[in-house]
Amino acid sequence: MTQIRNIVRVSKVTKTFKLGKVLVEALKGIDLEIAAGNYISIMGPSGSGKSTLFNMIGGLDKPSAGKVFIDEVDIAQLDAYELAWLRCRKIGYIFQTFNIIPVMTALENVTLPMTFAGMNSDEAITKGIGLLQLVGLGDRFEHKPSELSGGQQQRVAIARALANDPAIILADEPTGNLDLTTGEEIISLLKQMSQDRGVTVISATHDFKMLNVSDQVVWIRDGLIDKIEDREELSISVGRIGSR
Amino acid sequence: MAADQSTAAGTALTGEQVARQVVLPFKKSVEIAFKSIQARFFRSMITTLSLVLAVSFLSFVNVSTDMANGLLTTGDPVVRENLTAAGYDIGPRDASVGSSPKQRWIVILSLLVCVVGIVNAQLMAVTERFREIGTMKCLGALDRFILRLFVLEAGMQGVAGASIGAAAGGLFAVLNAWIAFGSVALRVLPAGAVTASILSATGVGIALSLLGVLYPAAVAARMQPVEAMRVEQ
Repeated sequence: MTQIRNIVRVSKVTKTFKLGKVLVEALKGIDLEIAAGNYISIMGPSGSGKSTLFNMIGGLDKPSAGKVFIDEVDIAQLDAYELAWLRCRKIGYIFQTFNIIPVMTALENVTLPMTFAGMNSDEAITKGIGLLQLVGLGDRFEHKPSELSGGQQQRVAIARALANDPAIILADEPTGNLDLTTGEEIISLLKQMSQDRGVTVISATHDFKMLNVSDQVVWIRDGLIDKIEDREELSISVGRIGSR
Repeated sequence: MAADQSTAAGTALTGEQVARQVVLPFKKSVEIAFKSIQARFFRSMITTLSLVLAVSFLSFVNVSTDMANGLLTTGDPVVRENLTAAGYDIGPRDASVGSSPKQRWIVILSLLVCVVGIVNAQLMAVTERFREIGTMKCLGALDRFILRLFVLEAGMQGVAGASIGAAAGGLFAVLNAWIAFGSVALRVLPAGAVTASILSATGVGIALSLLGVLYPAAVAARMQPVEAMRVEQ
């Protein structure tokens, strides 16, 4: 794992929304570099621009000014087809609301991105079962989402995010709809995936449990980066943060 | 970008061409569309029901006219009298009857109402599935995959609804003629014309179903993937 390589580079990004006649500046010039293979948490209160920044990194939204590079490719230059390709191959998404497609079984959910990527069906099923076993759902792949608990659904989502061996996993409040213990399990699963597979995990979160496993924490406040803390600095201040 | 493929840990796919593509095979789209209908069977049934009713009305009107024409070929004055009594507008020398303008208008109106109903139901289905569509887009689906899924679903509903409706309408028209004119109606049944009427009603029904889904499917296809991230719903 090359530590110096930046998988995501955000350069002077601003984003302005128009709410009625008022212009709202959600991001006021963000510069950020994320090294490949790290586990990054983006922290910040609601309305801090955290989600906006997160969507930019995921190629779900385009900045008003500035540039976002994923693997040194400027995503503003990509057309719809290339963006779909990027979402399919480079990025795995995990959502707060799990977003497992309700009409499909766990296995079908996991194999869907592989189908989009042109993998043949047998290969996809073998790989899908492998991934579900990896997240601890080896015996439940024929179940519909309605038959799975929240934690299990989020595990399916993690397996689905890993389907095409992405370079980045974007997790938007992955523990937001889970109880404490299940949340911890999901966090350690994400951390383990990041370590074993060298995937960069970027998560936007309120959850202080995330801090323990993060290699880097980016604090966002009022559309600007407040501070970036590395793991070593964090372990000293965790007690204070937790009690805050 | 394909050159960066090696960065993804343990890529199972090989070959530059494979690595570049984003696809959804037709067979797979049919499978997903079918499952989607199956999973929301009750909903789909209600959407389809309006189509069944409109198409069966169309089929009933056309087949009834066919039956009346069949009866006219007997040349029997009693049958002719009965037809007039049943409301058919037959001149003394007419060898055939057509549907009256009023009937045609009612049929066209019912079909219009049906299309509006389908558009409404499909728009609701799209709204209900915003997150699902957004998720698919996050997983790499192109606009045209989504469009295709919705059109396929509507096509399946159209085929099922229209054929049931046309067959039911035709059958009812034949029974109606039998009851009204006696067994003579069955003896002179113009099988070719009746089949043609039923088939054309089926065709019209499928076309209406596809027409009704075009706008909702376009709305779905144009949706931004960021919708999948929204928590409230």
